Amino acid sequence: MTVAITGEEVVGTLDKKLKGAVKSVESEGILIQAEKILDIALCVKNNKNLKLDYLVSITGTDYIDYLEVAYLFYSLDNNKRFTLKVRLENKSNPAMPSLTGIWIGAELQEREIYDLFGITFSGHPNMKRIFLWEGFRGHPLRKDFSNGN
Amino acid sequence: MEIRTDSTSLDIDRHEGNLIEELRSSSTKPVTEPSGWLSEDLKRNIFLTTVDNVLNWGRKSSLWTETAFTACCTFEFISLSSSRFDIARFGMEVLRSSPRHADLIITAGTLTWKMAPQIKRVYEQMAEPKWVIAMGACGITGGIFADSYSVVPGYNRILPIDVYIPGCPPRPEALLAGIELLRKKVEKRSFLQG
Repeated sequence: MTVAITGEEVVGTLDKKLKGAVKSVESEGILIQAEKILDIALCVKNNKNLKLDYLVSITGTDYIDYLEVAYLFYSLDNNKRFTLKVRLENKSNPAMPSLTGIWIGAELQEREIYDLFGITFSGHPNMKRIFLWEGFRGHPLRKDFSNGN
Repeated sequence: MEIRTDSTSLDIDRHEGNLIEELRSSSTKPVTEPSGWLSEDLKRNIFLTTVDNVLNWGRKSSLWTETAFTACCTFEFISLSSSRFDIARFGMEVLRSSPRHADLIITAGTLTWKMAPQIKRVYEQMAEPKWVIAMGACGITGGIFADSYSVVPGYNRILPIDVYIPGCPPRPEALLAGIELLRKKVEKRSFLQG
C-alpha cells in the first residue's frame, strides 16, 4: 500500500536555506513559500532517499481568503506519496512559478488551474485557457464566480 | 337535325331520341378498363398514388442519423441501434459520419458552448429536408447542468427541434416512441411545402 511520507521527514532532508521557505509542516505534506517551489520540488525529486520523481496531480482550491495549489508527488521506487502546498494570498493577480521545467506533465494541469482559478504560472510554455474559450469572462471555480444566470 | 328557336317540342323529343339511339348502338360492349391494355402480370405490379405519399414514405422509412452524439444518452441510442431494439426495422440502421448523407440529428447528450459551433455547423451542412430530435433532459433544457458556465441550456438555443424526448436518459423504448412521432410528422409533409 502507498504510504505517505511525513512532513518532518522531508523537511529534514532540506538544507538550511530551503528550511526557511517552509511555512508549516503537516502529517502528509508541507506548506511552502510560492517562490521557492522550484528549489524544493527539485530537492525532493533528486534526493536519494525520497526519490519523489513522479508528479501525480496538481490541485487548485479556493479557500475564499486565499487560493491554494497542491502538488501530489509519488515515489515509484519507494511506493510513497507526498504533498507540497502553496498558498496565494493575492487573489486579484495570483501568480507562482511553473513546474513544467521539471515535469512536462504539469503543462496541461497548470493550464487547467489557470483556466478555472486564474492562477498564472510563470515560465509555463503555453499559458492560456484549455477548457473554456478565449474571451470567457472570469474563472468559474472561484467561489465568487457568477455566470449571470 | 338540330334544335332551333322555332323547333317544336316534338322536334326536341326526336332529337333526344336520336341521341339515345346513337349511344345505344355504339354501346353494345362493356367499356374497357383504363388498364385493360396491360398484361395480367404488369397489372399486379403497378399501383397509383400521390407524389406526397411516395416521397414521405421514402423519407420516413430511411431516416439516416448523423453521428453527432455529445454525451451519455448516446448509450441508449447505441442500445436502440443494436439487436435488442433494432432500429433497422425502421430503416435507420445507417449512421452517417457525413452530414451530407444524414436526415436526422439525435441530440444525445449534454452540449457545451465550446462544442456548440461544431454541432450547428453539422446541422447546417445537412441537406434539406432535415429533422432534429432533442433527446434527454440535457438536450431539452441543459438538465442538471442548466445553470453551468459551460453548458448550452437546451439544443433549441441553436437548432430548431421537431421532437422532444424527456428522460435522464430516456430508455430505448422512449426513444422509439419519439422516432415514431417524428415519422408521423414526416408522413404529413406536403411536396408543395418544399
